[in-house]
Amino acid sequence: MLRIDNLKVSYGGIEAVKGITFQVPERQIVTLIGANGAGKSTTLRTVAGLVKPASGRIHLQGEDITALSPDQIVSKGITLVPEGRRVFPDLTVLENLKIGAYLRSDDLSEDLKWVYDLFPRLKERSWQAAGTLSGGEQQMLAVGRALMSRPKIIMMDEPSLGLAPLVVKGIFEIIREINRQGVTVLLIEQNANMALHTADLGYVLETGKITLTGPGRELLANEAVKKAYLGS
Amino acid sequence: MIEKKNRKGAYTALLAAALVLLAVIVLENVSTFLPKEMVPGVLRPTSQLFSVLKKGAVYSLAAVSMNLLNGFTGLFSLGQAGFMLLGAYTYAIFTVPAAGKDAVYYLFGGSAIKFSFQDIFGALFGTGGAGGAVSLVLGVLTAIILAGCVAALAACLIGLPVLRLKGDYLAIATLGFAEIIRAVFQWQALGPITNGANMIQGFPTFSSFNITGADGKVAFRLSTFVPFLVAIVCITVIVMLINSSYGRAFKAIREDEIAAEAMGINLARHKLLSFCISAFFAGVSGALFAMFVNNAQAKVYTTTMTYEILLIVVIGGIGSISGSIIATFLYVACSEWWLRFLDETMTIGTFQVPFLRAGFRMVVFSIVIMIVVLFFRRGIMGDKELPDLWKKRPRKAGKEGAQ
Repeated sequence: MLRIDNLKVSYGGIEAVKGITFQVPERQIVTLIGANGAGKSTTLRTVAGLVKPASGRIHLQGEDITALSPDQIVSKGITLVPEGRRVFPDLTVLENLKIGAYLRSDDLSEDLKWVYDLFPRLKERSWQAAGTLSGGEQQMLAVGRALMSRPKIIMMDEPSLGLAPLVVKGIFEIIREINRQGVTVLLIEQNANMALHTADLGYVLETGKITLTGPGRELLANEAVKKAYLGS
Repeated sequence: MIEKKNRKGAYTALLAAALVLLAVIVLENVSTFLPKEMVPGVLRPTSQLFSVLKKGAVYSLAAVSMNLLNGFTGLFSLGQAGFMLLGAYTYAIFTVPAAGKDAVYYLFGGSAIKFSFQDIFGALFGTGGAGGAVSLVLGVLTAIILAGCVAALAACLIGLPVLRLKGDYLAIATLGFAEIIRAVFQWQALGPITNGANMIQGFPTFSSFNITGADGKVAFRLSTFVPFLVAIVCITVIVMLINSSYGRAFKAIREDEIAAEAMGINLARHKLLSFCISAFFAGVSGALFAMFVNNAQAKVYTTTMTYEILLIVVIGGIGSISGSIIATFLYVACSEWWLRFLDETMTIGTFQVPFLRAGFRMVVFSIVIMIVVLFFRRGIMGDKELPDLWKKRPRKAGKEGAQ
């Protein structure tokens, strides 16, 4: 569904992503794992259009979306849940969700209901300023906000960042649930264990290059992955 | 359900606006209908009250337009006086009646712009009686709208390069723009249009809207009603904009640019939009200001004026429309009226009260401002609006329902 070909991204002369090629098949959960500075976030930001690539192409369902602006990419059906949640702190939960659907002009009530069903906690707090939510609730809001654009692919940048293990477990359950309802998920994580358990397909990224590929369970059993990312 | 609530709120707001306008009309017409000895001093046409109300209406529009940009979109711009100047001059240039142009532009041998909007409408509707009134209203209205458009166009042109800057750099660039505009309008070479460093006057002002009877006396006053009407209409438009999805996008940009961009909000386009809309209403308030002071003169629109408006926005609460309006009237009333006594020497018996002399008002005023900035850092209203104060917090209701 999403195909990335030989993508290279540089920040001021330093090449952060050095020509990676990977695919995200429809209705699957795909994860990119790797250490700090491997180029995971850069890859997602480039797909979302926030960073322009030096070379390489990005195709969504056969259509080249490399040169599109972020708002055009969102309207094509790719949404990013940014790293560190980045909810709008002084706006209410409801306003945050409505901004997620900014590019849509049709009726939102059905999608609001969908998001509220996924995250009943958000419904309870819909009039509260997003900045007053707990970390886990803010992550739920960030995911819910992204879902409001009715994406075909939702990309998540480190959803487990700074959350308690129990909350992380809840977030990953939600990710599986969203996927069951037909949304393709591209996930990047430092919590490789959790990510590989959830993912159908995994890619290991090391200093801007993909070094390993395989189904999540297989990578989990791989000695090199175990040593580098799972700490055993 | 939400829509119903909004509609109810809108009706309440409309009712409140209508009541304010009615109150203004009644207040300023007490002196026309009651015999002179029965009118209390404060309601006489020469009273400071009306001057404060007029200036308050003009400044509240300027403050709200600045708040739209600084408070709601989070772009710290200091170009307000520049846009007001553009509005004031546009209004003045196009409304000085053709017959009066030679007197105003005598240094430059007449104006380069040979017509005025009232003259054009006057040719259509006639110049006397009701026709004259219609052409006055239409002429002034066209000029005010054009004033806003010129300011918005200027904002669009400088916004393209300048809005790439952020924070302090944007403030410096817009400040520079305002200074350049002020210098350009005082340039002698542009004299036939801007009258150089001299003021333009002789155009319709607020008191032109007073209805005079056959005996030449004022039969019905509208001079305070007019600025209130224009300000209320403009502020209503701004409030509707802020409550629309555009307003939400502006707030999203203020809170987190990267997240806003990731949600599909086109940053450059929305920033430019907010900048131009803010400039439009700044231009309108500039035109109103020219009507208030009866002249247009570039040297009035200094950085001090921008700071004055910025101060009002900060005192009222950054991101609160009603806060800006309340702060404007408090500020204008204090600086023009209530604190005036500090400028006059006062003797009680043989004792002369110390410090009271010309200029002491500004000292006290500065202290008041310091107190506000130190102890009420979020301003009078914070980012709340007036209706929020007596609205029950729906969050609590939600919580009880869940338990």
